[in-house]
Amino acid sequence: MDLHVVGPLASPVERAAVDAVLGPAESGWSGGRRDSRTDGHVARGGHEARDRRHLLLPALHALQDRIGRITQPGLNYVCRRLSVPPAEAYGVATFYALFATAPRPAAVAHICDDIACRLAGAEDVAADLGRALGPAGAPARDGTMTWLRSPCLGRCELAPAALLTVAGETSVRRELAPVDAAGIVGRLEAALAGRSPAERARDAALAWASAPETPSDSMRVAASVPQAGSPGLRLLARVGVVDPRSLDDYRAQGGYRALANAIAMGADATIREVTDARLVGRGGAAFPTGRKWAAVAAQPAQPHYVVCNADESEPGTFKDRVLMEADPFAVVEAMTIEGFATGATRGYLYIRGEYPLAEARLIGAIEAARAAGFLGPDVAGSGWAFEIELRRGAGAYICGEETALFESIEGRRGEPRNKPPFPVEVGLFGKPTAVNNVETLVNVLLILGDGDGRGGGDRYAAIGTEGSTGPKLFCLSGHVVRPGVYEVPFGTTLRELLDLAGGVPGSRAIKTILLGGAAGVFVGPDALDVALTFEGTRAIGATLGSGVVMVFDETADLVGTLRRIAAFFRDESCGQCVPCRVGTVRQEELLARLADGAETRTRQEELALLAEIGRAMRDASICGLGQTASSAIESAFRQPGLVPL
Amino acid sequence: MTDHVRPPAYEMPPELTAIFTTPPARASRTPEAPPVEAPAPVTVTIDGVEVSVLAGSTILEAARAQGLDLPTLCYLESLAPVNVCRVCVVEVTGSRVLVPACSRKVEPGMDIQTESERVRHSRKLALELLGSSVDLSLAGPHEPDGGLARWMERYGADASRFGPPSPPAPAGARDAHEAGHHHAPAGADAALAATVAQPVKVDNDLYVRDYSKCILCYKCVEACGEDAQNTFAIAVAGRGFDARISTEWATPLPESACVYCGNCIGVCPTGALMFRSEHEMRAAGTWDEAAQTTTSTICPYCGVGCALDLHVQDNTIVKVTSPMDSSVTDGHLCIKGRFGFEFTNERRR
Repeated sequence: MDLHVVGPLASPVERAAVDAVLGPAESGWSGGRRDSRTDGHVARGGHEARDRRHLLLPALHALQDRIGRITQPGLNYVCRRLSVPPAEAYGVATFYALFATAPRPAAVAHICDDIACRLAGAEDVAADLGRALGPAGAPARDGTMTWLRSPCLGRCELAPAALLTVAGETSVRRELAPVDAAGIVGRLEAALAGRSPAERARDAALAWASAPETPSDSMRVAASVPQAGSPGLRLLARVGVVDPRSLDDYRAQGGYRALANAIAMGADATIREVTDARLVGRGGAAFPTGRKWAAVAAQPAQPHYVVCNADESEPGTFKDRVLMEADPFAVVEAMTIEGFATGATRGYLYIRGEYPLAEARLIGAIEAARAAGFLGPDVAGSGWAFEIELRRGAGAYICGEETALFESIEGRRGEPRNKPPFPVEVGLFGKPTAVNNVETLVNVLLILGDGDGRGGGDRYAAIGTEGSTGPKLFCLSGHVVRPGVYEVPFGTTLRELLDLAGGVPGSRAIKTILLGGAAGVFVGPDALDVALTFEGTRAIGATLGSGVVMVFDETADLVGTLRRIAAFFRDESCGQCVPCRVGTVRQEELLARLADGAETRTRQEELALLAEIGRAMRDASICGLGQTASSAIESAFRQPGLVPL
Repeated sequence: MTDHVRPPAYEMPPELTAIFTTPPARASRTPEAPPVEAPAPVTVTIDGVEVSVLAGSTILEAARAQGLDLPTLCYLESLAPVNVCRVCVVEVTGSRVLVPACSRKVEPGMDIQTESERVRHSRKLALELLGSSVDLSLAGPHEPDGGLARWMERYGADASRFGPPSPPAPAGARDAHEAGHHHAPAGADAALAATVAQPVKVDNDLYVRDYSKCILCYKCVEACGEDAQNTFAIAVAGRGFDARISTEWATPLPESACVYCGNCIGVCPTGALMFRSEHEMRAAGTWDEAAQTTTSTICPYCGVGCALDLHVQDNTIVKVTSPMDSSVTDGHLCIKGRFGFEFTNERRR
């Protein structure tokens, strides 16, 4: 390949932002200073540069955070450093919603208008912002700020939510919930005012940019985890109890016992315990974790990788966020165990870009673990080397699909791969890879941290039901008195779970409940006594998915909700395969036709067409996104009288 | 000025003369290729018929070997299968979803249905969804994707079911779409089916890009990149329905990395990429394929010897292609073979 880069040269600011990620440029070949004594004779780049392509996403983040968008000179510089064709890099930059390629003000408020926030008045916030700042995306206040609509930000328990991003020398990303328009504008103004040194002091006083947290601040989770601190919790035992920034505190509360047990038992016995526990993945696919680990461990190809999927983006899901924010060392320890069991030396933790607090906590935990010898060349004195690298997503639901996640880490567009081959054989960088989501991994600590770890699998399997073992986290949102993350053993009924959350406010009647998120299924009040297990929900044609339980009472706007779900899938489809790329568009149009009285045939015929589109997406799409893109919408129409269309 | 002194003539010693003038003895026979173990055959069932196929072959290869006509749009033998068009999907017993025949390898005991009701439904919808969003008017008049109209008829595909097409986007509008943000359809607009219609991009003398006709089969990207040319001038940009084939920053081709090999035109199944000469003749109404002859020849420019097919209308070369099955080119050419024919039309020659 002949790298062909045209256009203006990167400014010192752009170069500095990129160099902060990639290190200084070595020579004129990679965009650095030309040294005529060496550059004329020694070619650089080639494989050495291309092997660093996985740094493309971090480099793009650096530009976005510093400049507020991906500029052409900045992108060109990245391309020269990594030997990536500019057309491909542009394709990557335009794939992610949090990257802007067109000019955009430095301060942006991303307003969640997704299904849970809609129920909490997100449209009113958007309307207020429209009045205060003008239409979404338009520069306001002398081009210093703007606002944009965003898919689910994973703060549904405190809806409505917003993510503020301010580009600059000290870039800021901050999640806010609950929000109103005045508060958002005030925050943006304060952040921008904070650019001057004098104002930065006031900034800190506003607890906006870098105000130090007190331990009590960092442990305040009651609003997200109403059960926090109650006895009997397993997955949430440390949440709100442990200081998430303190390794010592984590160890004092049983942390790193599971890793010590695993190392003492050896990899095979570790996998055996996980297999005996009959732990299955909590990300939605419910694949047996022990079988996955054993498959990776048995692969002759080297190296092996482990990946933690923290790209929790299913609308209505926020359990992984709470775990990462409140108990980050648990995630790091569990990944280390996974690496030990599968024979890996490197793990990647891929977290969605909308979770700055969780990201900061995890970075802190990884650094503390490394400093204490729980990561690095000699993990806990075992002689085995393991490192964890954190990677930040950039606004793409599809990157929660495991193979799209690999593509994203590798510096490519997040387009899912065809399976087979499965990740246990051909995964990240083409090597055997064990990929698990955050909640699944934290379960591993329960299994191996029990006593000396031996028999922990059997004792874990005694929790829950025969077909679904262990405790489970559910994300309750919408019309419930105390929304939040709840831990219950598998087998708890939907009614018991809702009672835990205080039921519906004002004792209004439940209209419907969305199980499993936008890719899930609406069930009626008649399903309240269903046991929340994989087999129980399957029996009624529903799914647990990612543990979303979103309640809609009789006042809820179901039509608006369905249209938002359709818009979500149309936005989040990667665009690779025809059924999903066009099918999600036709699905959204069809709902709009019905809702706005523009139907071109009878309602029955329109619904038949909707079913036809859904069936083709389900059968012929490449990945789970397309296969489930019609699931919730079709299920809503199956409930008689639910959708007034 | 002094006369040049000529050095004494060099006389080669006889032992060297022998070396330099005597050809080496011919090998008594052509050297044999090292033995390659033939892959063991695999037994699969295709549409109820048990057949034996080579291990490592795809379902598509196995089915076509049985004489079955599986539709494909994004598949080309010379490119790595991307399995995105989904019109080749087949049903495999035990698989939750349909599988793409073009990329899925056969496995022992596989039970494959190539025309089940489920398969026909997905193929019909895939063709309809494409037909309702993309201008397929020039798609597939030629092999290997020549069967488009035939397949549409076979599966009863009616692209008009989703409503009349929306008006074309202004020039450059689709290139500016940002991921994750679209105007939701509402009101009377909802009765229109969104399309990728937009003005033709004409920014150089050699070929045009009409992305109203683009089905995003990825073939041009593959031919430009890893699978043939290794130039990487184009890639897929954007996301979802706004995904498009683009140079960096949608920059015009003359400023991009494009080397005008035209291999993207060679693999385009829908006429989205087209010789400028053909585009202009079509616009003028003078393009007449029935009146064209094809002459097979060898490219005159260099020593590689690429096979050329000259498409001639009214004694003028209007287009140059290379046969897909040519062992020299695999259908790919360079700028000289593809576009360097203008001089033949020069009457003063």
